Amino acid sequence: MNRRDILRRSAAAGLLATPAAGLLTGCASGGGDDNDDNAAYKGTKSEQNPLGVKEDAPLEVVIFSGGFGEEYAKTHEAMYTEKYPKAKIKHSATQEISKTLQPRFVDGSPPDVVNNSGTGQIDFNGLVSQNALADLGELLAAPSLDVPGKTVKDTLLPGAVEIGSYDGAFLVLNYTYTAYGIWHSNKLFTERKWEYAKTWDEHIALCKQIKAAGIAPWTYAGLHPRYMSWPLISTAIKFGGPSVALALDNLEPNAWKSDAMKAAADAWHQIVKDKYILEGSPGLDHKQSQTAWCQGKAAFISCGSWLESEQKDVTPAGFNMTIAPTPSLGSGDKLPFEAIRGTAGEPFMVPAKARNVAGGLEYFRTMLSKKGAQDFTRKVASLTVVAGATEGVELPYGLTTVVKALDASGANGFNWVYNNYYRKLERNLVDAACGEFFSGRIGPADFLDQCQRGADSIAQDSSVKKYKRAA
Amino acid sequence: MRHGKWPLIITFLVPPVLLYVVFVVSPYLQAFQISTTDWLGYSPDANSVGLANFKTLWHDGYFWNALQNNAVLLALVPVLTIVLGLFFATMLAMGGRKGRAGVTGVRGGAFYRTVYFFPQVLSVVIIALLWKEVYHPNKGLLTATLHGIGLSAPTWLGDPATAFWCVLAVMVWSNVGFYVVLFGAAMSAVPKEIYEAVLLDGASRFTTLRRVTLPLLWDTVQVAWVYLAIFALDGFILVQLMTNGGPNFSTDVIGVRMYDTAFGSETKFGYASAIGVVMFFLTLSVAVLSLRVGRRDRIEYS
Repeated sequence: MNRRDILRRSAAAGLLATPAAGLLTGCASGGGDDNDDNAAYKGTKSEQNPLGVKEDAPLEVVIFSGGFGEEYAKTHEAMYTEKYPKAKIKHSATQEISKTLQPRFVDGSPPDVVNNSGTGQIDFNGLVSQNALADLGELLAAPSLDVPGKTVKDTLLPGAVEIGSYDGAFLVLNYTYTAYGIWHSNKLFTERKWEYAKTWDEHIALCKQIKAAGIAPWTYAGLHPRYMSWPLISTAIKFGGPSVALALDNLEPNAWKSDAMKAAADAWHQIVKDKYILEGSPGLDHKQSQTAWCQGKAAFISCGSWLESEQKDVTPAGFNMTIAPTPSLGSGDKLPFEAIRGTAGEPFMVPAKARNVAGGLEYFRTMLSKKGAQDFTRKVASLTVVAGATEGVELPYGLTTVVKALDASGANGFNWVYNNYYRKLERNLVDAACGEFFSGRIGPADFLDQCQRGADSIAQDSSVKKYKRAA
Repeated sequence: MRHGKWPLIITFLVPPVLLYVVFVVSPYLQAFQISTTDWLGYSPDANSVGLANFKTLWHDGYFWNALQNNAVLLALVPVLTIVLGLFFATMLAMGGRKGRAGVTGVRGGAFYRTVYFFPQVLSVVIIALLWKEVYHPNKGLLTATLHGIGLSAPTWLGDPATAFWCVLAVMVWSNVGFYVVLFGAAMSAVPKEIYEAVLLDGASRFTTLRRVTLPLLWDTVQVAWVYLAIFALDGFILVQLMTNGGPNFSTDVIGVRMYDTAFGSETKFGYASAIGVVMFFLTLSVAVLSLRVGRRDRIEYS
């Protein structure tokens, strides 16, 4: 082997090694200074134009093309141009929000409206701590587009503002209203004369009955096991009250090892111990497990209310999927059986450096109008954060059960937000712990230990900004 | 003639070098710079933190776990791929039984060669999705086959005990075809008389492979080794699509850690760049080492 060979091969090796390490910096930092042609568009505020939209300013909207598609956004955009005919709207849709938009944030030329959602979602903690998001407070105070006498804030369901707020500033508009619960097929249950159990002991008894009938009681998204953290944490909150969630969100020491969490983990361990989970579930992803459930291979699955539209293509006719709250642990529960986790989801944001911030806020006002919200519900079969926007809209079966469940839950509804504050904690750390726990490789104590270690690692990481909520 | 040299060199050399500098060298240099900052990726502001990122990395258990997995890949993927590649190539070139006096391949060699090359034609994304279905714990090819012959099957990608080996198998599978063709081409350059002489001396196939073919192919094997070592230190696409590092980080690799830190669950671009820099030096050392260790005298056929 001679020198030339070595050189040639090293060059080839270098070339091969490149894509991996160069990946990150294809779009590196720099720039971002405001200059004249980057000046914000501002119009004059008036009664008709409370946000001060410049009527001929272009508006750029980026939509996450996931389960909801992008058609609904085009309606909202049409509504916007109806009011501002001179405004030109640039619409685009992608599944890769972070990869597509990261360079534009750095560059200081982000779009005006971003639907930051999906697996490519940009971590909100990072965005908020870098002041990359515009304050939406002005939007809340503006009058609603088509509900006379009310401000936008007045038209929103309770909790919608809190979930998008960081240290008191409203930065993220979560547009949909999502309930998280346990789903079953009403058809299957009616045929077999099963009744959804309201207490945990009855639930276990029902599981036994279902298993005896040759159907697996449970399945779950084994490759995204965090789906199972939702009913487990819900059980704990219903047992111990909303303070359980508060402690988790505020990263309080040993929040994951509270008595309520212990009781919930012990209870849920039963379905693992007694083998009430469809064999092979740990190897299924969310779509595969949901499809197995739709095919009647399992009776229960944990999911949010997007399940119906996500499963539209594979759900048999008359399946009648029904959401239900988690069973109560016992009579000592602080919250009634009906209490369910309801929260605003599907985040939209206006980047702080967007040229048309006012237009972005006005676009949100259009989305939050009764007309805009109704159209969304009609198109994608999902509720919005706009109160009463389902009036006059015919809902699919599953969604009617969601509405009923949310009504029954009422003021007892609860939520947690640690997944918004610290994306990594839910997506990586609690997720991994759930995978071990629900596949039976670790018991309840180790499960909570692993979750707590994850929470502690976030709490000790000085490079992660911490948020607290009061109630 | 002389005045014609420079325009030629400039036209053919300058554009690629320029492209290389702009798209490869400069991102590398920037990555080194970014790795010494706390840049969070969504604003132009970043503070210099010196080597703090590397210090954190040293104590990062998830990083070490990923590194360990890469080390196992590095130890196994090249060996398995090269052994299988050599075996198949040998069989294709001289595995045939008929005509004992000559050296022929197995029947249908051309067909096998094409089939082995299939994975190379498919995009890695398709390979990952294909195998995800093969590993489907209820209706996948593997489980169905095992159940068919009355055996129980693990959950493959769903079990930390098996997931890593499942991914490793796909890595070997998707690479072997290329090396079969590479080794096959190298073998065809070996003069036939050598094999005939070996055959006359009564050497077995295995001895022929070990004592004759391998030494004559050493250069090619070494190149294969470097390529595969670099592949093993990366492995990002397959892992990200098949398991995303799970379950419980059992299939995590450095590339996935880097991606997840910047684009996945966090936006720590500074820290992710530090991971990238470590990866750069690891890959470089491995490439240099495997070239040095494997150095032997070259055999020229006259």
